[in-house]
Amino acid sequence: MAQVSFDGVTKRFSDTTAVDDLTLHIADGELLVLLGSSGCGKTTALRMVAGLEEVTSGTVSIGERVVNDIDPKDRDVAMVFQSYALYPHLTVAKNIEFPLRQRGVDKEERAAKVKRAADTLGLATLLDRKPGQLSGGQRQRVALARAIVREPLVFLMDEPLSNLDAALRVQTRADIVSLQSRLSTTTIYVTHDQVEAMTMGDRIAVMSEGKLQQVAAPEALYARPANSFVAHFLGSPGMNLLEGMLVESFAPAVEDAGQRGMLSVAFPGASVPLPTEVADTVRGAGPDVVLGLRPESLQLSDAGVIGATVVIVELLGAETHVICQSETGARVIVRQAASAAKPKIGEAVRIAVDPDPASYHLFDPGEGGARLGSAA
Amino acid sequence: MTVVDTADAATPAPDPVPPAGGGGAGSGGGGGKPMSSLRARKRKQALLAYLLILPAMVVFGVFSFYPFLRNFKLMLYETPPVPGLPAHYVGLHQIIPTITSTQFTQSLVTTLIFVVLVVPISLIAGLGLAVAAHRKLKGMAGYRVIFSSTVVSSVAVASVVFGTLLNPVVGLLPWLGINPTPPALESSTWALPAVALITIWQFLGLSFIIMLAGLQSVPDELLEAARIDGAGPWTRFWRMTVPLLSPTIFFAGVISTIYAFQAFGAIDILIGQPYVVRLHTNVLIYNIINTLQVDNNGGAAAIMATVLFLILVILTVLQMRFLERRVTYAR
Repeated sequence: MAQVSFDGVTKRFSDTTAVDDLTLHIADGELLVLLGSSGCGKTTALRMVAGLEEVTSGTVSIGERVVNDIDPKDRDVAMVFQSYALYPHLTVAKNIEFPLRQRGVDKEERAAKVKRAADTLGLATLLDRKPGQLSGGQRQRVALARAIVREPLVFLMDEPLSNLDAALRVQTRADIVSLQSRLSTTTIYVTHDQVEAMTMGDRIAVMSEGKLQQVAAPEALYARPANSFVAHFLGSPGMNLLEGMLVESFAPAVEDAGQRGMLSVAFPGASVPLPTEVADTVRGAGPDVVLGLRPESLQLSDAGVIGATVVIVELLGAETHVICQSETGARVIVRQAASAAKPKIGEAVRIAVDPDPASYHLFDPGEGGARLGSAA
Repeated sequence: MTVVDTADAATPAPDPVPPAGGGGAGSGGGGGKPMSSLRARKRKQALLAYLLILPAMVVFGVFSFYPFLRNFKLMLYETPPVPGLPAHYVGLHQIIPTITSTQFTQSLVTTLIFVVLVVPISLIAGLGLAVAAHRKLKGMAGYRVIFSSTVVSSVAVASVVFGTLLNPVVGLLPWLGINPTPPALESSTWALPAVALITIWQFLGLSFIIMLAGLQSVPDELLEAARIDGAGPWTRFWRMTVPLLSPTIFFAGVISTIYAFQAFGAIDILIGQPYVVRLHTNVLIYNIINTLQVDNNGGAAAIMATVLFLILVILTVLQMRFLERRVTYAR
């Protein structure tokens, strides 16, 4: 078994806290993506598993073993670096062989394993080249081969795709996923690219400023972000976040004691009514709230509840992003199909919200931006 | 000369001057064609370039190239042993006697021993200090300054300091209870290692700086990858750091060899002209200067200087040729 666990792990560099009280358990065979913007502590967390950074407090375990004080070479992990970190003076074959040689694997077994790893990654014809003679994609594959050849307990990958061009990145992304599922080796994959995270991870752990924000499967993370940071960080473009007030209004006919009124989020100049399912879970909260609406839950419609002016129209081929300045002052992005009528820049439009309760996300406006309500 | 100086080479103005029919001597530029203005502009740029390198060329010319060429002429003249008489032309006849003389061959052997003493130790010590200083520790900058400070110390100061340390009465050696007789700087066995020590010490700063710069160009990630791949500190040093540093070590090797071949100051200050031969410290440069100034034999000195020059050229080419193959130039 090779699960990896962080238990209350903190890492401080003099007076900055890179990782703050991280508790996270990665199951055996799982591909967990550590996602966050640069400087959020995700790489530091990975390097603590590798043993390249010491843990300030808390414990890091691999399998049943606490590895805080164990040398990197004895942790049985393999790491793929962003720069690939290939040994420039050694051939591809020697690069792949290096970890085996260090572990005293005998010559014939080494040759067999190098061949198998090279075949797996399509490097058989490149074995005699030096890294300097390879393209970016080939180097990346050599780095992967060097990692898999040893059959380690855990793979650690630190933004391995960020130096590749867009097309190759999509291809390699799929290759890594299929390789990982074939080998079923526990993998921690660090990236700042949320598309990479969504497409690759069994689960995604979102980090910000050294703190773990949420861990969940990609679809759950997208559908029910735990706070406004995760809501905005995930998705391209991220969720629209509108600060408003929770207002309860009563129809004149049913204005009796005990009757529940209709909840809506009011902004200066606009008001978005909440579906009953959503309203029931957030009643009593607020009154200040942040309403989160995914761009795909919005559409331009004359019957829309939010008035806005079109600022930019971005054509992406299959879809169009309409970036608007709402009357409330906030920027709102509407994602529409390419076939929908495109508004002109400067045009006054109205934005309607999908009535599906799952379209509405409410967050606390304070620090942390925690999600309000349990259902929806 | 018709120079059409137009800024726009794509649409040159037609030459207003008709081509000279009689083949005037001055119309070599051949105006009228679109090419001419381009050529004129190129010529102007070339002129400016030469003008800009002129000051450097003058300095090099006066202090390097002219003496260098003049040296070859000197080789062909024999200076009479009595001062004041004119030198006379002997052609190549004094070359063989000079380079086969005992004085010269002994001097050459002394120089080679000196180089062998200086080069490996200053490289290894420089690398050792650089590895020690290439750590992220508090106050490391201070150590780096100290380690590299020998670069800026003058040979005279260094010689006086070491002369004092080796002094048989007030020095460090007697204080440590070591009292060699004769004293190190008066011993035909220990005088050369003693001056080699000073030369090593002086070169150490530069060796350290070169090695440290080399170390800093080795990416941390490579060593981290090796660490995870199972390499201990020793393996990382020999299988990663040294191969990746080999261009730097090679460069420092060439520089220190040239430096050691030209050692003079410490020997002159600590040993001095009357004793160099007896104490086996008569290195080539010293021998050349003695031949010129004491023996007043410019011809022989010029021949030895040429031999030294050839040795350095050959050594440098050999080092380039043979070492370069083993050197790893990272991408």
